[in-house]
Amino acid sequence: MSASPPPRATSATPDPILVLKGVSKTYATGLTALKSVDLAIQRGEIFALLGPNGAGKTTLISIICGLVKRSTGTVSVDGLDIDRDYRAVRSRIGLVPQELTADAFETVWATVSFSRGLFGKPSNPALIETILRQLSLWEKRDSKIMTLSGGMKRRVLIAKALSHEPNLLFLDEPSAGVDVELRRDMWDVVRGLRDAGVTIILTTHYLEEAEEMADRVGVIAKGELILVEEKQALMTKLGKKTLAIQLSTPLAAIPPSLEGFGLSLAAEGSELVYTYDTTAERTGERTGITRLLQGLAAEGLAFRDLRTEQSSLEEIFVSLVREAS
Amino acid sequence: MNIHAIKAIYVFEMARAIRTVWQSIVAPVITTSLYFVVFGAAIGSRMEEIDGVPYGAFIVPGLIMLTLLTQSIANASFGIYFPRFTGTIYELLSAPVSFVEVVIGYVGAAATKSVILGIIILITASFFVPLRLEHPLWMVGFLVLTAVTFSLFGFIIGIWADGFEKLQFVPLLIVTPLTFLGGTFYSIDMLPPVWRTITLFNPVVYLISGFRWSFTGTADVGIEVSLVMILIFLAVCHGAVWWIFKTGYRLKS
Ligand SMILES: Nc1ncnc2c1ncn2[C@@H]1O[C@H](COP(=O)(O)OP(=O)(O)O)[C@@H](O)[C@H]1O
Ligand SMILES: [Mg+2]
Repeated sequence: MSASPPPRATSATPDPILVLKGVSKTYATGLTALKSVDLAIQRGEIFALLGPNGAGKTTLISIICGLVKRSTGTVSVDGLDIDRDYRAVRSRIGLVPQELTADAFETVWATVSFSRGLFGKPSNPALIETILRQLSLWEKRDSKIMTLSGGMKRRVLIAKALSHEPNLLFLDEPSAGVDVELRRDMWDVVRGLRDAGVTIILTTHYLEEAEEMADRVGVIAKGELILVEEKQALMTKLGKKTLAIQLSTPLAAIPPSLEGFGLSLAAEGSELVYTYDTTAERTGERTGITRLLQGLAAEGLAFRDLRTEQSSLEEIFVSLVREAS
Repeated sequence: MNIHAIKAIYVFEMARAIRTVWQSIVAPVITTSLYFVVFGAAIGSRMEEIDGVPYGAFIVPGLIMLTLLTQSIANASFGIYFPRFTGTIYELLSAPVSFVEVVIGYVGAAATKSVILGIIILITASFFVPLRLEHPLWMVGFLVLTAVTFSLFGFIIGIWADGFEKLQFVPLLIVTPLTFLGGTFYSIDMLPPVWRTITLFNPVVYLISGFRWSFTGTADVGIEVSLVMILIFLAVCHGAVWWIFKTGYRLKS
């Protein structure tokens, strides 16, 4: 068995906190931002909604949180309909919006306390203090929001969203315009929340971010949820890449010294094919390409050209990300 | 009912008023005082009494109404327009509140400010002109009812407006003229018959008439008519706000 922690929630243990059925959205402009999305979010997981700008991530979150009217479909939280039982549903949800919008003239303390009241909870200064300390905002509690940097404003929005102790938290592009330090702090807070049982849905257009944080990943593009996968499974699928080495002189067999690489011969021996894992680098291992090329040189094998190919999913994804940036 | 939400919105809005006390209290009081000095004390001393009331005292109810209407609308419209403009409205829209809590919070705060303002102006007026208060309870009743109704009206404008121009358009180009032409400075009995009839279509006539009656005991139109007119307007505004939140008009795309 591997030493990694057991998955918190998988499709094998269905206890969805959020269920979307056939949710679509066509804006007044005629633009269809979502095309019949079905999705179930498991209790206690961190779910990353991954997709380029304009894919419909914010629209999806906005529908669940009551900011945008859906065109079709149903949404339920804890089995409660978001329209019929909107009070019960909304008091469980916290939203950190993509845009940095906060009351410029208010103090940090006032605006976070306001949020708690708005969501129907009695005031609780001790809790607000804990939240502000966690987010390194305590020193700034009496500062007006307009005096804060962008990163600090993002923290304030997170504090506001946490002020009423939600058990379903939405983070829309949490790392947009955020420095490395805040990103680390934020991920610590998010993991802490997950450990405390909060379900987290975040959107991002960075594969790395989804990889670092999420238990499951949903890829969305042009309003369609293309796939939903356990992160591990997705990474394995996405990570495979092949390197085809076109040799100057065809080989009859793979030299014994190169056997450890799992190579295969193609194109009547004129091409050596090597399969490697692109995610290896990020997990601290090596792709092995350097060693392979050194091995080729040691064998005295000359090559004319190199070609890399990705799995089709990776291709899809890279093109998505390219569109995004 | 989400009492905590009402409290949060109300406190937030009152804090905003305190922050902007020059704009929300001091400025209107100074403006109105100038009217009292010019029309009440200076010109008024050379005017005839109207219905047995000295001119200075005659214009006080109208001037309070003028301030009450414009400030209620300005306060309430800005209170809801600003979050829409900056985007902070997202929080209100995602909160477990119905339009009832939102309206009580925003409109309640705007009306509170207007009533405070009205009382300050009344006290200020008493320094410049001799005042008589025939029906103090009715006076307070009219004050509160008008403040609430026009704060609600302002709230609707704040949701309807999609720019600062529109936000100022209604108070400046509709409410102020209607108030001036609604008998602030004269009794509508002083108008030629044709104009008197036309004036009766001006809803502000009923507000000023009823309010003035609570001071002087005389009115252009019956007090019951005044009261019914305010209540009808209140009901219409209430219906409009209900519809806005039901359909998400200008709030949700
Ligand atoms: N209020 C709106 N009216 C019309 N179109 C909109 C509105 N909001 C978003 N869109 C469009 O819907 C699509 C999806 O947008 P969005 O959900 O913000 O994507 P993402 O968050 O993935 O970047 C985009 O093409 C965007 O231009
Ligand atoms: Mg977005």
